[in-house]
Amino acid sequence: MLTNKLRNLFLSAVCVLASAAVATAAPTIKVGALFAVTGPASFLGEPERNSAQMVVNQINAAGGIRRQKVELIVMDTQGDATKAVQAATRLIKEGVVAIIGPSTTGDTMAVIPLVERAKVPLISCSAGAKITEPVKPWVFKTAQNDYLAVTKIYEHLVKHKLTKVALLTVSDSFGSSGREQLKALAGRYGITLVADDTYGPKDTDMTPQLTKIRGLHAQALICWGTNPGPAIIARNARQLGLSIPLFMSHGVSSKKFIDLAGSASEGIILPSGRVLVADLLPKNDKQKKALLAFVKEYQKNFKAEGDHFGGHAWDAMMLLKGAIERGGASRPAIRAQLEKTRNFAGIGGIFNYSPTDHSGLTKDAFVLVKVKGGDWTLVK
Amino acid sequence: MSEQLLQYLLSGLSTGAIYSLIGIGFAIIYNSTGIINFAQGEFFMLGGMSTYYFLSVAHLPLPVAMLLAVLLTTAVGVLFERLAIRPLRNASPLILVIITIGGSILIRGIAMLIWGKDTHSIPMFTGNEPLTIGGATILPQHLWIFGITLLIIIINRFYFYNTVSGKAMRACSHNRRAASLVGIDVKRMVLFAFAISSAMGSVAGIISAPLTMTSYDVGIMLGLKGFCAAIIGGMSSGIATVFGGLLLGVLEAFGAGLISSGYKDAIAFIILLLILFIRPQGLFKKAETERV
Repeated sequence: MLTNKLRNLFLSAVCVLASAAVATAAPTIKVGALFAVTGPASFLGEPERNSAQMVVNQINAAGGIRRQKVELIVMDTQGDATKAVQAATRLIKEGVVAIIGPSTTGDTMAVIPLVERAKVPLISCSAGAKITEPVKPWVFKTAQNDYLAVTKIYEHLVKHKLTKVALLTVSDSFGSSGREQLKALAGRYGITLVADDTYGPKDTDMTPQLTKIRGLHAQALICWGTNPGPAIIARNARQLGLSIPLFMSHGVSSKKFIDLAGSASEGIILPSGRVLVADLLPKNDKQKKALLAFVKEYQKNFKAEGDHFGGHAWDAMMLLKGAIERGGASRPAIRAQLEKTRNFAGIGGIFNYSPTDHSGLTKDAFVLVKVKGGDWTLVK
Repeated sequence: MSEQLLQYLLSGLSTGAIYSLIGIGFAIIYNSTGIINFAQGEFFMLGGMSTYYFLSVAHLPLPVAMLLAVLLTTAVGVLFERLAIRPLRNASPLILVIITIGGSILIRGIAMLIWGKDTHSIPMFTGNEPLTIGGATILPQHLWIFGITLLIIIINRFYFYNTVSGKAMRACSHNRRAASLVGIDVKRMVLFAFAISSAMGSVAGIISAPLTMTSYDVGIMLGLKGFCAAIIGGMSSGIATVFGGLLLGVLEAFGAGLISSGYKDAIAFIILLLILFIRPQGLFKKAETERV
């Protein structure tokens, strides 16, 4: 009898305690993420998913934002706009306070009408300038605009008096967006484009295009693409003995490019986010602390080098964290606070959002790096 | 200008040699079974990717890695025939073709899960200092590609014309029923066909990987190009398909160099359509009259 009574007492005590615990634990903050984890753009989506999850784990380990845990709901868009729209619809129905991603410009453009209608803040991780130009109230982005990278290359060319330039761009959305910007900005820097060639994303031999370019006496070659194309071009250029300086885009700014191109990558210059050369940066660089933390943490969690693609998601998640810390976890408050973000030193650069600028970065988000001795070095 | 043309020609021939090897693989299976094996490109991928794996992860020397890669791919080809094609021998060719497409997606998916989505490169067989030939440049690896392709074609020819099992396979390709009536084990010949095709596909994948690099999805496009080569060659498992592949590679190179590189793939597929419309028996074969 007595033991029964005791047991009942004990059980009811447990129940009371448990319900009290439930009452004090605040509901979790649901954050949606759209990344192209599989498919052709997985080189973007995978590090992005990893980085976002890493930040969320850190936040939760430190007790959450305003004592609320964060739950990240990741959906795979496979780099397919239709799937991105379906996934975004589901996330909005789940009641997420904001969405980070998608990884590609195509996916982002497809989900913009949706988030604008539902009034959900979106922090895109893709580069296309048209995402935030014109400014859309609920849409922000963290990836540097293509034209900032182009500007960086053109300034270098002008400084070294290389004005006859050949273009070789990949015929996918990344390449054609780069090609557009390269052509649009050439005039402003007094650069003449003597060739404007393309190659397919699955092409395995670009010697014909390079042979043609060799015959045109260009002073420099700019190639815009993502791995493995540019690595094949670097090797083909070496094979043909093409002696003009070779410039690549930030699409290949990772160690992988040097691995693939091997010794043919020597001397190649490209614009890159600072993450690639984090340890080479001067001590007074505002981003250095964040960069080193990101690189170290990524290495620890995933046994791989953190690249600037993962950095876009890191930035998005940190910007979101800042906004929620300042204004709370409601959709309109997040939007309003994001717009007020000033001098946030992230991985992609120093962000200054404003009602007229939702991309937040300047050309200083890029540095020029050069391959030397099988590693990256800073170009002064 | 002539230097440029020579460069286009050499680039085209080396790409074309790879198309030829894949194309012959298509033709051998077609001739013994009457189906188009769309998993052919995946054998090409397996060759390159497993060489990379044996070389960089298992740290074996290059020749051993290549040999193991060919064996592994052949084993996959044989298994594929055993598990997916043989149980359905009475199915219509259309169903079998669809099964090969399914098989190719499966193989690609497994490769992606095992080896990841990254592109990998394997070292050149011998050095990477370019050689100059009349103003054009090629790499030693191109010589390997030409040499190995030639060797395979010669072995192929010898096998089909000078050995009993090769002759039996040719008999199957002419008339399966008649071949089985004279005591040829047709099922076994089909298995042989898959083994030979997958081995050839993997060799193509291995010899081109140092130049073009490899990843789990390289087989799709190259499989289609090899298919074009086989169609131009009229599905012959001999020299006509080799010419088909070389022709395709050279036209692509000249198209990319002289017209616009945007049309490179279009050129291949326009040729494919033209051949299918105008000369479905292939460029080099006389039209056959159907006897009723």
